[in-house]
Amino acid sequence: MFKRVLSKLILGAAIAGAMVGAHAQDDSKVLRIVPQADLKILDPIWTTAFVTRNHGYMIYDTLFGLDGEGKVQPQMVDTYSTSPDGLTWTFTLRKGLAFSNGKPVTSADVITSINRWGKRDVFGQKMFESMASFDAIDDNSFKMVFKTPFPMVLDALSKPSGIAPFIMEKATAETPADKQVTEYIGSGPYVFKQDEYSPGSKIVYTKNTKYVPRSEPASGTAGGKQVFVDRVEWVILKDAQTMANAISNGEVDLIEWMPAEQYAAFKANPKLELVKPTPAGLFDLHLNHLVPPFDNPKIAQAAIMAINQEALLRAQLVNKDLYRTCTSIYPCDSALASTDSAYFTGKPQFEAAKKLLKEAGYDGKPVVLLYPADFAVINKFPPVMAQLLKQAGFNVDMQAMDWSSLITRRTMKEPADKGGWNMFITGWSTGDTMNPLFFPPLTGNGEKGWFGWPTDPKLEQLKTDFLKATDEAQRKKIAAEIQLEVYATGIFAPLGNFDFYSVLRKGVVTGLINAPVNVFWNLKKN
Amino acid sequence: MFFFIIRRVLSTIPVLVIVAIIVFLMLRLTPGDPAASLVGNNGTSADIANIRASLGLDQPLPVQFYKWSLQLLKGDLGESYYMKRPVTQLIGQRIGPTLSLSFLTMFVTILLAVPLGVFAAWRHGGWLDRALMGFSVVGFSIPSFVIGYLLIWVVALHWQLLPVQGYVPIAQGFGGWLSHLTLPALTLSIIYLALIARVTRASVSEALSEDYIRTARSKGISELRVLTRHALANAAVPIVTVIGIGVGLLIGGVVVTETVYAIPGLGQLTVDAVLGRDFPLIQGITLFFSFVYVLINLLVDLSYVVLDPRIRY
Repeated sequence: MFKRVLSKLILGAAIAGAMVGAHAQDDSKVLRIVPQADLKILDPIWTTAFVTRNHGYMIYDTLFGLDGEGKVQPQMVDTYSTSPDGLTWTFTLRKGLAFSNGKPVTSADVITSINRWGKRDVFGQKMFESMASFDAIDDNSFKMVFKTPFPMVLDALSKPSGIAPFIMEKATAETPADKQVTEYIGSGPYVFKQDEYSPGSKIVYTKNTKYVPRSEPASGTAGGKQVFVDRVEWVILKDAQTMANAISNGEVDLIEWMPAEQYAAFKANPKLELVKPTPAGLFDLHLNHLVPPFDNPKIAQAAIMAINQEALLRAQLVNKDLYRTCTSIYPCDSALASTDSAYFTGKPQFEAAKKLLKEAGYDGKPVVLLYPADFAVINKFPPVMAQLLKQAGFNVDMQAMDWSSLITRRTMKEPADKGGWNMFITGWSTGDTMNPLFFPPLTGNGEKGWFGWPTDPKLEQLKTDFLKATDEAQRKKIAAEIQLEVYATGIFAPLGNFDFYSVLRKGVVTGLINAPVNVFWNLKKN
Repeated sequence: MFFFIIRRVLSTIPVLVIVAIIVFLMLRLTPGDPAASLVGNNGTSADIANIRASLGLDQPLPVQFYKWSLQLLKGDLGESYYMKRPVTQLIGQRIGPTLSLSFLTMFVTILLAVPLGVFAAWRHGGWLDRALMGFSVVGFSIPSFVIGYLLIWVVALHWQLLPVQGYVPIAQGFGGWLSHLTLPALTLSIIYLALIARVTRASVSEALSEDYIRTARSKGISELRVLTRHALANAAVPIVTVIGIGVGLLIGGVVVTETVYAIPGLGQLTVDAVLGRDFPLIQGITLFFSFVYVLINLLVDLSYVVLDPRIRY
């Protein structure tokens, strides 16, 4: 009775509302996606935030992409060639490429965009250090001339993450690299609806009718980026239960990153489908090598020996389907993964760690472990890690703070007892970790590098060797040596791999592409 | 009264100045660097230093405060570090959902709470009075997200009567606006209903014990008129005060309810700004809230004049 009365009241209001003139859309042409985070920064060259990168893939295109097997494929480029000495690279764009405002994509747009990218991206900076010139041949062709051979040009131009080299209009790309762009016209599969942009609520894209997809099937970030819907709405939902309710009720169609705590519920729901469109990510324990005690490699190794990957991953992710132990610094399902990890087994070695601490003369001073209590993706790790370190003989000071405070604190170079830090944990996607030259923490150039600031000339030399390597076998060998060097110095250590699941409405949404990053073309809504 | 209003409006200025100074200093003296948040996980110390310089955060505090004050004097609350949009625009975008939710919540609350409170006071010690007292304890005790999830489970997921989440502006259709706000408003109104009904009951109970009520009854005035025209009218001042406080709290941020129902209101905006250390946005929102609270207090004080002829300013 109550339900009948209530439903009549609500129905009446809804009809009244409809008569006021709410305009309906054909729902089968509107795809509603819950992105991994709110989209606040719209410039994917200015920031490394993953959600902004994904926004970049929606509206921009790249010269090259990575297919489903991780191989570089031309995307905006039609043909390319290298001179026999490897110093000159010549590229020709595909015919008919246009921005969403109808203007053709030209070499000038490409050169300005790549120049801007090269100022922001670490690997891009490396490429430009070796470059002598980068000029247009004509409107459709351009060439890069290097001072010394740079074999990884295509790897740079197909870089999927960190900062991907998106192509913008020349006028937009002329924005200084330390400022954000304010125009968002791209030549990608979608158009950004700036007039409907409501951060914290909804981000809207429409199909780019000027987009010219390649003829090959879509594969990774390469191939034909076909669009089968008219409109994509990114619906910002921050609460895991709200996401679960919304997709169960059909109010959203796809959740980019499944909250781990909802795994069992989603798996049991016959209306939903769980898929893994991206390779595994990984979590790392990062150590500060600038200040004691981890400026001593033996003490750093002792801390790494304390790691119990199974316990840590189970605490954070609970369900075994969501994680895998892995002793490689690269994701275990990536091409460069290596099982040669020296002393590191992923299992706790407390006695060996205590022995090392004694040899190294550890003085018992507390090591400060930063604990981001508000960051649900990693906030179960630190308490478990603190306990493991104690069992290995360390004195631990775990300090709770919010994520924003943590990323400020990790910039401090003072000793831990004077406002600095000794260790923290964070997560990385495959796009960052698949190549040692893409991965910021893999640095040995001291204070010029990423947080932790290890000084390791041998590591830097190995990275240079990797850059100069001319075949995959050579690269794999050097990658394995890099891994051994990381463990020898104790720069960081993996806590294991985790799987990013996406959730789709079963039978309603199809076509999600496997790629190194989450991409949203090729999707159909039935 | 005109001069009273002028004096109150002018008195907001020193309040806002003090709030501005406090919030400015608190943000810059507490841990957290917006530049570090902006650059992302892959950024280096050099990247962070560059962004700090571009945002002017490397300048001495007095210089930063001076520049911000000059901006404020021109009515410019600045631009969000993240979204690169004027703070006023961002607040403007979020004020609609917040006001809608506040209005609907208070409408439902007052519609139910005041009559319930009056009736409970009238039948003091009776079953309704006891039920109301019990309900008010439960209403205060249950967290809003629990109420929210329960309502969603029953009404949205099982009965399929209303959507689970989201907000539709009223300009896009009254039905959509109402259907999306019904559950959030009900969630919040349970808490405020408990509070306002209880205050109404207490206030009206006190009024009913006064001599003028006995006089009114002895004159043969109907009980309904006694309750409304005499008891409630005289008990209105504390009720309106609590309603004013409630409106202020609603506008100020019901973040949990906004999160559960994905309503893009000011509460969410505030929390996001704080977590991201978006200084201009935090400063702008704080000043806005301060102004709103002062305004609500003024309106409540002015309402006393209407409710109680003995009060004159």
